[in-house]
Amino acid sequence: MKASVIVFPGSNCDRDAAVVLKSVMGHAPAMVWHGDSELPKSDLIVLPGGFSYGDYLRSGAMAAHSPVMREVVSRARAGTPVLGICNGFQVLTEAGLLPGVLMRNATLRFICKDVLLKVERNDTGFARHYQEGEVVRFPVANKDGSYFADDATLDRLEGENRVAFRYCDASGAVTADANTNGSCRNIAGIYNKTGTVLGLMPHPERLADAALSGTDGTKMFASLVEAIH
Amino acid sequence: MKARITITLKPGVLDPQGKAIEGALHALGFGSVDGVRQGKYIEVEVAESDPARASAEIERMCEQLLANTIIENYAYELDAA
Repeated sequence: MKASVIVFPGSNCDRDAAVVLKSVMGHAPAMVWHGDSELPKSDLIVLPGGFSYGDYLRSGAMAAHSPVMREVVSRARAGTPVLGICNGFQVLTEAGLLPGVLMRNATLRFICKDVLLKVERNDTGFARHYQEGEVVRFPVANKDGSYFADDATLDRLEGENRVAFRYCDASGAVTADANTNGSCRNIAGIYNKTGTVLGLMPHPERLADAALSGTDGTKMFASLVEAIH
Repeated sequence: MKARITITLKPGVLDPQGKAIEGALHALGFGSVDGVRQGKYIEVEVAESDPARASAEIERMCEQLLANTIIENYAYELDAA
């Protein structure tokens, strides 16, 4: 399995993603600079977290038009799995690969803590090691993490079973209190139509080592390795 | 030509920054404030003397990058300056 991590100016979770990918794949992913127009053959493309272009204009807006993104969009449309984490999710929405937009958190605060997520489905390459309805713990670290789409888009996402994760409480209940950033319908992550592109605000790669107090995130990468092999 | 572009949040899109500004204006005693929406203002110089062509360029810039039309509206004025 070959994975590529795209590195934008201002990415800061590219190394975290590379470390967990190496641990599950047994070899390091390719680190691809955003200015490159060529992308190596990849079975998985990761758009990492961070603050590409300093979040200028809108989070992810500039990175979505980086030279390498043309190739990422074309591979994604052809079925290559793409995982966008945090800023990577923002880039995926700005690039038009996922609907909606990530807006300023309702509290106006930078939220940096572990959150609980309900796994909405496990029939994708990203989630087969999770149980449907399972509650997992991932960290979030963002100021623009509030998912917004109009009601018609949200209805379509739900109708097509494209919500990947929702903010929830310890019992798995999807409550307003658990939705600290004000996301529409508690949405933390969504899939494209084919379930091959996933964008999510929380960071699975940051809870992927027992020494860092949890491995809920490892399962996503292990799922991908199993699905792709 | 210079384009003066104003980008505003569409009606109905939550604007927590506007709300915070409204709260601060109230705290300063501006009791008449009945709603604040925050947007962006961008000036773009275009090397183009034909207003129709300049307008077409600016609209493409707004659609492709400067505004996210899921949540934002844009408007612009062109100066010959």
